[in-house]
Amino acid sequence: MKYNLAKIKQFLGFYLLRFCALIIIAILAFILWDIISKGMQVINWEFLTQKPRNGMTEGGIWPAIVGTFWVSVVSVVFSVPIGMFTAIYLNEYARQGRLIRIIRMAIRNLSGVPSIVYGLFGFALFTLMFNFGLSVISSGLTLGLLTLPWTITASEEALKTVPLAYREASQALGATKWQTIKTNVLPYAVPGMLTGSVLGLARAAGETAPILFTGVAFFWPILPGFPKLLTQQFMALPYHLYILATQHHEILKVRPLAYGTALVLITLIILMNSAAVWIRYRFRKKYK
Amino acid sequence: MNTLKMYTKELNFYYGNIQALKNIDLNIETNKVTALIGPSGCGKSTFLRTLNRMNDIIPGIRVEGKIVLDGNDIYKKNTDVVDIRRRVGLVFQESNPFPKSLFDNVAYGLRINGEKNRVKLQERVEESLKSAALWDEVKDRLDDSALDLSGGQQQRLCIARALAVRPEVLLMDEPASALDPIATQKIEELIFQLKKNYTIVIVTHNMQQAARISDKTAFFYLGELIEFGETDQIFTNPRLQKTEDYVTGRFG
Repeated sequence: MKYNLAKIKQFLGFYLLRFCALIIIAILAFILWDIISKGMQVINWEFLTQKPRNGMTEGGIWPAIVGTFWVSVVSVVFSVPIGMFTAIYLNEYARQGRLIRIIRMAIRNLSGVPSIVYGLFGFALFTLMFNFGLSVISSGLTLGLLTLPWTITASEEALKTVPLAYREASQALGATKWQTIKTNVLPYAVPGMLTGSVLGLARAAGETAPILFTGVAFFWPILPGFPKLLTQQFMALPYHLYILATQHHEILKVRPLAYGTALVLITLIILMNSAAVWIRYRFRKKYK
Repeated sequence: MNTLKMYTKELNFYYGNIQALKNIDLNIETNKVTALIGPSGCGKSTFLRTLNRMNDIIPGIRVEGKIVLDGNDIYKKNTDVVDIRRRVGLVFQESNPFPKSLFDNVAYGLRINGEKNRVKLQERVEESLKSAALWDEVKDRLDDSALDLSGGQQQRLCIARALAVRPEVLLMDEPASALDPIATQKIEELIFQLKKNYTIVIVTHNMQQAARISDKTAFFYLGELIEFGETDQIFTNPRLQKTEDYVTGRFG
């Protein structure tokens, strides 16, 4: 009798869990289906490679793709090295104590700060104080700050997965600490660090608030060469989507374009996440 | 005839406030096998790791007293810890090869010391693998991953890796505790061979093993060195009751 009751409970519990998981999948499937089915209608070669025309009611989103690409590059170049080195310091060198605990807690909390706050901070710091103005560089650095806590945390987790035994064995053979880290810790941690960084980047690429005050433009179809581009305003996919979806004067007319933009943005982010999964998969195959 | 390779004098060791070693005086003779025995937590592994300053890695430790290697106190200020670890090698309890090829594992210590000459590396890898009695089993697969070896082979690889930097003293922390009897026997034969050229200190839980392979035996209990002497004497005619109780298996 008791045995049967336990079985029924297990049965119900199992289906409850499965039901919750299915809800998540259903929501995701619905969003994707909605965006893909409506977005596909406007996506063609012209949409991907042309500038917007005619009050953004025609043409494509090429400047927004380029803008998102460049702010992402700036953000990665800024945050990945700093994040990795910070993690190496925190995990390998720093004396574990109260100060390090506080720093760690601060980093974890930073990852919960709303992105609009980063936007305002970036505006005050990069745009005004450092005088970088409204530019790709200001926005990229702001996004870099936003991803930094993720990069640091992911890098630290990656370092923690490298067995202590490797460090001990290496030092027992007369390696210095840095030699040990360089030859026997980092090679095994870097894939994990990159995975975390790419996930952080994927999140940053979709953010609107941090670039809002620091450089993104409503309409900026100029595409100058590489170094000059960094000091200019730019268009970006998430902001373009926001404009098309809520701020445009002919909102119904540009709705299909908004769906197209959303599809491109989501595709980019899925590609980045896939890259992260791929890196992790290769890592596992090689060392386990 | 017996020369002293290392000795400790009034050695005290603390993890934070906990004293793990109390006033240890121990002599380690050249080309002899010295076994450290005692129940878990008695300080024998801690003692072993003080001999090449591996405990330095642990935060909050403190060392008092002297540990002398060839007449020099290794805890003296300005001591090059890296140099000490080169001269005093350590083989760990769990075999811990790097996830690299066999060759790269054995060559690791040489490479970090700046050896780049391929021929020299090859010579030394072969020599080390032969010394570790592993060469015949692996000579055709030096490029395979070390993780593909069996447990016993991995441990001998770790010994070869330690030998490659030509240490003077070899510390072994229960090197056979995770191995089956046949692999254990191989390691024991190996230790017997190695003592011709190296001074060996081995921690073991297995008293028969200590009796079989060692020349000198030190019995540790609760952080103190209870008794130290010739292995035969410790096992057949211990001076202290405590030692006798332990080696006859009455506690431990």
